[in-house]
This record gives sequence, C-alpha cells and structure tokens, in this order.
Amino acid sequence: MSVVDVREAITQAHHEEWARVVGALTRRFGDLDIAEEAAAEAFATAVQRWPADGVPPNPGGWLTTTANRKAIDRIRRENKRDDKQKEAQLVYDNDPPEPLDAIDDERLRLIFTCCHPALAMETRVALTLRMVAGLTVPEIARAFLVLETAIGQRITRAKAKIKAARIPYRVPSAEELPARVSGVLAVLFLVFNEGYLATGPETDPVRHDLTAEAIRLTRLIRALMPQDGEVAGLLALMLLTEARRTARISASGELVTLEEQDRGTWDATLIAEGHRLVRERLVARVAPGRYQILAAINAVHTSARDIRATDWSQVVALYDQLVHLDPSPIIALNRAIAVAELDGPEVALAAVDRLEHKLAGYHAYHATRADLLRRLGRSQNSRAAYDKAIELAGNTAETAYLTRRRDQLG
Amino acid sequence: MQYLISVIDDKSNPGSTDRQPAISVFNERLIAEGYWVFAGGLADTDAATVIDNRGEQAVLSDGPFVESKEYLAGIWVWEAPDLDVALKLATEASKVCDRKIEVRPFL
Repeated sequence: MSVVDVREAITQAHHEEWARVVGALTRRFGDLDIAEEAAAEAFATAVQRWPADGVPPNPGGWLTTTANRKAIDRIRRENKRDDKQKEAQLVYDNDPPEPLDAIDDERLRLIFTCCHPALAMETRVALTLRMVAGLTVPEIARAFLVLETAIGQRITRAKAKIKAARIPYRVPSAEELPARVSGVLAVLFLVFNEGYLATGPETDPVRHDLTAEAIRLTRLIRALMPQDGEVAGLLALMLLTEARRTARISASGELVTLEEQDRGTWDATLIAEGHRLVRERLVARVAPGRYQILAAINAVHTSARDIRATDWSQVVALYDQLVHLDPSPIIALNRAIAVAELDGPEVALAAVDRLEHKLAGYHAYHATRADLLRRLGRSQNSRAAYDKAIELAGNTAETAYLTRRRDQLG
Repeated sequence: MQYLISVIDDKSNPGSTDRQPAISVFNERLIAEGYWVFAGGLADTDAATVIDNRGEQAVLSDGPFVESKEYLAGIWVWEAPDLDVALKLATEASKVCDRKIEVRPFL
C-alpha cells in the first residue's frame, strides 16, 4: 500500500470513525474530555503505525481499542496515588467492535449531548464540530473567525459543565425529542450556513466539508424522526442549496447570483431529493415551520428554467408566511428582494429602506440597496451602497462580486 | 447526584406572593418521587449579615455579600439521576414559584 493510500485510509477513517470512537469512549468512561483526548491520540498513533504496519482490516475497531488503551493509561496516571480499587475496575475492553449501524447511534447520542439546551448556542456549535465532526480547534476557530484560545476554552468549559452537571449521554426519549430537536437543527443550520458562505479573507468561499457534514448529520436526525416536518424541511433546504454550490462560485472565485447561474450545472439528484421532501411536507397538510417554508422557497427557485420563469408571486407569498413566523429584519430583507421581481425595484427599495435602523451593520442590506439603486439608475447612491457592502462583507467571493458590480456602474 | 436549586426573585419585579399552596403540593410530589432532599425559603436580604474573619479580627457587615436587583429567595436540594431530570423539575418549579430558577450541581 502506497503512502498516499495509507493517508487516504486515515482521512477516511477519521471521517467515518471519529464520532464512533469518541462516542464509545464517552459511554464507557462517562467523560467527554477523556474520550476526545484518547480518540485524538489513537488517530495520531494510526498516523505513526499504519504506514509501516499496514491499514488494519477493521480500522474502526482498531482505533476504538487503541483509544480505550490510551484512556485507561491516562486514568491510571491520574489515579496513581489514590485508590487502587478504581484501578482494578479498569480492564481492557476486548469486546468485539460494535456492529456498523451502532456508529450512527453513537453519533446521535453525541449530537444530542453536544447540542444540549443547557449549553450556549455558540458552545453547542463548537462542541458539535469538535466531538461529532472531528474538526480540530484551529479549524473551528478559522471557520468562525474566533481566536483558537477562545474556541479551546469554550470547549473545555463545556466538557467540564457536561461532567459536573451530569448532562446525560443519550438520545432523548420519544416524549422529549420534539422539544430537543429544534436546538439540534439550529446548530446544524449554523454549521451549514458557515460552510455555504464561509467568512474570512484566507478561507475558501465555500467550505464543502462543513456543508457535507451538516447534511450528513441532518440525514441522521431524519432517520431518527422521519415524521418531523422541520427535520425534513431543513434537510430539503440544505439539499436544494447544496445543489447550486458549484454554480455559485465562478472559476475566478467570484460569487455568481441566482440570476446569472448556469442552471445546467445544478445537481439534479440533490434537487430531485429536495423536491421530494418538500412535496412530502405539502401532502402532510401540517402548518409548516420556518425550515419548511425556506425549503419551499428554494423549491420554487430550483423548479424554474431561468430567473424569468420563476414564480415570484409564490415566492413572495411564502415570505409572507415566513414573516408571520419569524419577524426578523433579515427575512423582511429577503422578502423585499422577491418583491423587486414582482412589483419592481422602487417598491422593494422603500421596503428595504425601512429596515435601515436594524440592518445598517449587515452587508446584505447594503448589497441589496446597491442593486436596487443600480436598477433605478441612481448610480451615485448605488456606488455608495456598494462601498458600504464591500466594507462589511466577509466572504471573498462576495467581495469580488460586489467590487465588479460597483466598478461596472456608469 | 445532588443539585442546588436556587429560587431567584427580582426586587423591581417580584413574583406573586400567593404561591405557597402550590409550592406545598409540588414539595409533596418531590418527596413522593424521591427527589426531595431539603428545601427552605429565605428571609429578605436585609436580614443577612456577612462575617469576614480572614484578617486579624472578624468584621461584621450588615446586609448581603452582594447588593443586586435579583437575589436568592429560597433553595431546594434535589437528588436527581442527571441534569435532564433536574431541568424538567426546575421548569415546573419556575411555574409553581412564579420565579426564575437556577440549577447548579454539587461537586
């Protein structure tokens, strides 16, 4: 086996087995900190040993066994001076590795623990990315433009709280699930969005690793709760967004708007699956939540041959429904963008201008204004709005797009 | 696992004063279901005295150790298997007391 093959095998094992190893050890030792450290050591050992020894026939089993040993070594070291009894209880786990479908159970338990409502939202996101997705602290820090030390401390504090307050390591009961799942969906949506519109001058404009992980975990939640409308809605929303991923960034790294995207490059399989989910929810005839409405909006866009064929009245009607559920100014801004297509840029601009006091620090507010002003022929005002949007935008592809549009103004 | 359940009241926006009968019923249930360890309401913070004997002589001061709008009005100690159970009970407790509740694990 070549060095490249071994490296690939380790990357694949990390992708597939990380959560299982962390999960199995958390269950055994009741301590996320021990589990995380031992899992990291086990993967480091694989990097050292697999090139010489070859990739073991069951990488997941090998990694779990190795991590178990590392964890026991650590506990022994820490207990060296005190009670011998505790030490005697620790035996090497020679049980056969868990069957394959148990990996998903382990991942689900981890998700619900990391997304526990007793943890702050930003902590849940960081913890989920570390424990479930296996991202390193520097990777998480980069994704959210936060200092590594801050992310490290956040994760350390969360692990300590989980242990001290005894946040359980389990999937909530059927009765608790509906209340608990919305917090999980919020985390997965944040992870997806950060992947889809990655921030930072040094970051790729789209972080496919984050979007793919968010979709994978949402699929897992859907398998657990196939009847839940919002779970289906979020999955559909992610699939219909992900389907346009490659069309969204040009070869030169510039954002391509929905209007200018080559619709032939959209992923037809993902769109078909997303549409199927949206139809399934329509048939269910239950009042939709915000993910389902957002998915429906995306279904309208992905059903249209081109921007002119888009059923804008349907889009605006869906936004009206959404504004009702979620009166946030960002939803109102997106509604105004659809209104521009239906009632013209002047009506839309009036609606956008009413949001100024709430959205003055948000790049999309200025980008939307810039576009509407441009369409109204008010070049000077448009240029000023582009300047402001460029100043506030954090995504490299978006900045490139806005700069070009500004420079094209007459 | 034991948790300290703090009942937090707000001087500028106090909870209703007619909660005692409901709290008694809730306490009965905590006892019957095996969660109850201890409970007690506290007198006003004005009745508190702080003693600091870290120096050469003990210094007494009148009033609570920290003056704040929100203050500890009462406590429970519960025995619960995990935080989910404690939080579920605390959710009910907040309704029953008409006050905020803090859940904090003992070491």
